[in-house]
Amino acid sequence: AGPVESRTEAAMSELVPESRQKPVVPMKPMGINANLLGYIGIDTIIEQMRKKTMKTGFDFNIMVVGQSGLGKSTLVNTLFKSQVSRKSSGWNREEKIPKTVEIKAIGHVIEEGGVKMKLTVIDTPGFGDQINNENCWEPIEKYINEQYEKFLKEEVNIARKKRIPDTRVHCCLYFISPTGHSLRPLDLEFMKHLSKVVNIIPVIAKADTMTLEEKTEFKQRVRKELEVNGIEFYPQKEFDEDLEDKTENDKIRQESMPFAVVGSDKEYQVNGKRVLGRKTPWGIIEVENLTHCEFALLRDFVIRTHLQDLKEVTHNIHYETYRAKRLNDNGGLPPMTVETEENHESNL
Amino acid sequence: ILFQGEGCRTVPLSGHVGFDSLPDQLVNKSVNHGFCFNILCVGETGLGKSTLMDTLFNTKFEGDPASHSQPGVQLKSNTYDLQESNVNLKLTIVSTVGFGDQINKEDSYKPIVEFIDAQFEAYLQEELKIKRVLHNYHDTRIHACLYFIAPTGHSLKSLDLVTMKKLDSKVNIIPIIAKSDAISKSELTKFKIKITSELVSNGVQIYQFPTDDESVAEINGTMNAHLPFAVIGSTEELKIGNKMMKARQYPWGTVQVENEAHCDFVKLREMLIRVNMEDLREQTHTRHYELYRRCKLEEMGFKDTDPDSKPFSLQETYEAKRNEFLGELQKKEEAMRQMFVQRVKEKEAELKEAEKELHEKFDRLKKLHQDEKKKLEDKKKSLDDEVNAFKQRKTAAELLQSQAQQAGGSQTLKRDKERKK
Repeated sequence: AGPVESRTEAAMSELVPESRQKPVVPMKPMGINANLLGYIGIDTIIEQMRKKTMKTGFDFNIMVVGQSGLGKSTLVNTLFKSQVSRKSSGWNREEKIPKTVEIKAIGHVIEEGGVKMKLTVIDTPGFGDQINNENCWEPIEKYINEQYEKFLKEEVNIARKKRIPDTRVHCCLYFISPTGHSLRPLDLEFMKHLSKVVNIIPVIAKADTMTLEEKTEFKQRVRKELEVNGIEFYPQKEFDEDLEDKTENDKIRQESMPFAVVGSDKEYQVNGKRVLGRKTPWGIIEVENLTHCEFALLRDFVIRTHLQDLKEVTHNIHYETYRAKRLNDNGGLPPMTVETEENHESNL
Repeated sequence: ILFQGEGCRTVPLSGHVGFDSLPDQLVNKSVNHGFCFNILCVGETGLGKSTLMDTLFNTKFEGDPASHSQPGVQLKSNTYDLQESNVNLKLTIVSTVGFGDQINKEDSYKPIVEFIDAQFEAYLQEELKIKRVLHNYHDTRIHACLYFIAPTGHSLKSLDLVTMKKLDSKVNIIPIIAKSDAISKSELTKFKIKITSELVSNGVQIYQFPTDDESVAEINGTMNAHLPFAVIGSTEELKIGNKMMKARQYPWGTVQVENEAHCDFVKLREMLIRVNMEDLREQTHTRHYELYRRCKLEEMGFKDTDPDSKPFSLQETYEAKRNEFLGELQKKEEAMRQMFVQRVKEKEAELKEAEKELHEKFDRLKKLHQDEKKKLEDKKKSLDDEVNAFKQRKTAAELLQSQAQQAGGSQTLKRDKERKK
């Protein structure tokens, strides 16, 4: 791809016949350090940038994958302290498990501290629920690639939109069943295929069924299995930007993940405080209590520290990989036709 | 795939989620990455472009003053790393050299336009690459163009109008009146009005400070009315009162650069750096660059056709162009190969010629040699003959001598015999 590419580029640069000699101005990227003798005000650019981003708002698209009953919708609602998942949005409340994997995306706008976010939760009912689950990740992979394709189509337009709507999946929470033993073949297959196209964050669901020791052991085993199978979950080692990132992310990769979580949208009174929790005969499991479960760690990780990074890795790496492959292949992935969309609609 | 998305409703939050840290996350990433800002200064030699840059950024950038004898307009660019608090800024300052110095200024704007286009082109090339690294790309596109107007006090020069008209769709133009301490206050007001009306009547689009964000709408709106800014630059500090200030000292008084009653320098700095730097960058990318890209792609033959085939027409045209150019490359290769073969033939012929010559020379020399040899042999023969003849004569002479000797010898012998007796 190397030599052909550079030839093409050379050819491309000859597309515009140069009738005049280009201006000879070498732009030197290396800077000279200038001493500052007073306040200029270039640090105000931070505020300027902040204001602009607040004005435009943000998009975030999160996908949840896992067998039914693992508490996906509840967890997402707990994460965003709001009824944002499929189950609660006035949708069909039938518990009927679909016969094939479906992809259902719901968007809501949430606002906090002046920051507006368009949050899209993409649910995948039917995943892992059939008797024969072969290739059940395919519709999911297809959906993810379709979003990249959509973005690419917009990007290659001659007259482009000022802001291309971003429907690409920024984060995929994969729910692991808390068996306490090991990962199931389906888990490994899914993550193997999808970790190459999207940021996968594995979580151990319904972690209130494990004791602390069982939890630690299970997590260690899961980490080992993921490593042995060459599955790179988010945050991927190769994308650590600097030493600071690496140290922070190493700790998360090697100790905290996968997060063992419990979700709940019900509040109870504990020690005079209202807390989110699950009430059992033997006690109240406080969702946001770090000694009870790691929900708070997951929330802080996904929302408070790495949200922007999840988007950037999706855009700068996963999307670019897709684009490069697409532009290289003659034809690449099958084109999106109107037919496909109709098929999906008929599934309901 | 079903979206309950378009026109989606706002849902309330029942507690603190924490995504209000998102702007901080984004800003932190940008800070780690560093920022870049590129300013183009267009103006005649001697209008104080370098000094103004030095004054704006509180430092002495390198460079010697330009001469007036440049044969054409050139652009000189320098990049500096500036740091303030935790912000690292890569500042590139591009200045025209020799602008307005030529007798014939018809083409003066061309190098400037070409330079701006070249930066857009470089970005476009990167964007069109298959394997590209846009987020690490060093952006060289010009974010702001300061156009220096000479302080004549009358009106804009036609060179100014022509140049600005050529630049207004490619870059954010901020017109400034240079060395404005040469104009009195009343003249200045008239001058500004004249300039503004000339710009309007010639349809020159200068950069308007944005007024859509309430927090800056007011100040930006006021500042828009003060354009073009009348500036003075000075890096010399003089003691005024009990403070050191940037100023220029005249016999009749001292002009203070940062005194808003004396000139608009502070306004320029405020607008260019402290309020609108980010907007200037954004406008460059979303408006000027997009326009360049659109024109360039259309020029190259790409078209947005119907919705279904957009990427494919681009893809196909891309492919077709690529094949076309690969074909051309092949043709060129063929031509080169032909030329090479031709050259080889010619060289061969030359060499053959040379070889032939050598052979002839050799033959000549050989003949010469043979002739020489023959001559020598002849000579030798004649000498031999002579020798033989001599020998014969010698033999004959000896014979005679011996005969004579014998005759006389017998006498001698008789005498000897008698002597012996």
